Amino acid sequence: MKLEMKDRPGQLVAALKPISAVGGNIIAVIHQRETPAATETLDVQIVLELPEGRLDNLLELLREQGVSVVRIGEERLLYECTLIMIGHLMHTDLSDTVDSIDRTGSAEVTGLSLVMPAINAPSSARITIRSTTRTEMAKAIRILRGVAEQKSLLIIEPLEGA
Amino acid sequence: MRIALLGLGSVGRGIARTILAKNLDITVTGLADSRSGIIDAGGIDLLAALARKEAGGPCGSPGVSPADVVAKADYDVLVEVTPTNVKTAEPALGHMRTALRRGKHVVTSNKGPIALAYPELRALAEANGVFLKYEATVCGAIPLIHGITEGLAGNTISRLSGVFNGTCNYILTRMAAEGLTYEQALAEARELGYAEADPTYDVEGIDAAIKLVILANTVLDMHATLDDVERTGITLLTPDALELAEDQDCTIRLIGEIIPGAGVLRVSPRIIPKAHPLVVEGTLNAVTVEADLAGDLTFIGKGAGSIETASAVIGDLLYIRERHVQGS
Repeated sequence: MKLEMKDRPGQLVAALKPISAVGGNIIAVIHQRETPAATETLDVQIVLELPEGRLDNLLELLREQGVSVVRIGEERLLYECTLIMIGHLMHTDLSDTVDSIDRTGSAEVTGLSLVMPAINAPSSARITIRSTTRTEMAKAIRILRGVAEQKSLLIIEPLEGA
Repeated sequence: MRIALLGLGSVGRGIARTILAKNLDITVTGLADSRSGIIDAGGIDLLAALARKEAGGPCGSPGVSPADVVAKADYDVLVEVTPTNVKTAEPALGHMRTALRRGKHVVTSNKGPIALAYPELRALAEANGVFLKYEATVCGAIPLIHGITEGLAGNTISRLSGVFNGTCNYILTRMAAEGLTYEQALAEARELGYAEADPTYDVEGIDAAIKLVILANTVLDMHATLDDVERTGITLLTPDALELAEDQDCTIRLIGEIIPGAGVLRVSPRIIPKAHPLVVEGTLNAVTVEADLAGDLTFIGKGAGSIETASAVIGDLLYIRERHVQGS
């Protein structure tokens, strides 16, 4: 959702508080000052996960804080994608590979199954990524492909739409 | 209808046997293998030529070259079924040019000339008022080119994806079913004659990539070369990876994919649900075409084999006879 609030100290925190109050989970906060000093308000975009039926409750709480909601994006479930990686996963720093996705802020690795056969033989892993949108998922997969190329890993993607 | 047949390997012998076995009213007036040729306007004795070939000899006279057959024999259609050369497409490309310039139709199973020089060959065929047909270049017996150009005429194809290489599909099927390593499954495929001594062309996805280029250029109006295909083979796959896919009711197949709108041309191993129609067993090929009017269609069939590939060639020949060739 896109919010508009007064550009004053403490306002952002005030806007975020109600989200946890209704049991929501903040995934990303994007906050840009595009036209400095043009207005006294601040535009903030928040990506969040919310239990079903709590949206009205949240909007009411935000209004009480003097925050107006400019736009609410499509309500949708998080995107999930499972891939398989093959190669020297441990020797090429698996946690760095995972971090490359988590660092995006809009996609994260939520599952990993690793099979390591004999020492020095390539290992295989199934990795589950969740993201906020299809575009963010495509971006996360692009990042993973880049990392895989650097580390000589094979990435097996699902056939989309299958 | 009179044809000149170039190539007496697996496909050429399949065509010769089909002509002998079925009353198709096709007369072979020119015949050549890599070492010899025969020209006989009255019709060549195919049974005798096959027997000479089976005995390990040349099919005809060493004094007659394939080029002689193409340039001098009296025929309606050149049937070019020699092995694919992906670098230069020769000598097949030169033979096709000669035949088209002579006003002869051309039917081929040879991927090289169609992948490398389709626009030129098509222009040459049009200029001479003859047909150029190549159904057998993609997925053997499956009438994919006819299916798309005739059956789906008027549709816009948004995506085409499939299993284009039987060798890889056999290897992956066996790895998934028996937990074999890639090397073990490849050795088995070799023993059964499904893989060549040098399997690079198949297992690195080159064969599948060439088929994508052919489809892209001939039926999807793209202008692609082999270098435009993003390509990953199956040589690094592990039995563990197949098992990880299996845990989720999925498997891994080498999938060729074209998305014309996005310019995507890609051959790579992909995770795919086991219940998906593209998950075919053994050496089968399967292709799903996503069309705006018709919806999704999946073609499944034998992608290789002597008689199976001959089926596609014979289909092209009879198509041409229906529409063009007069008289005998």
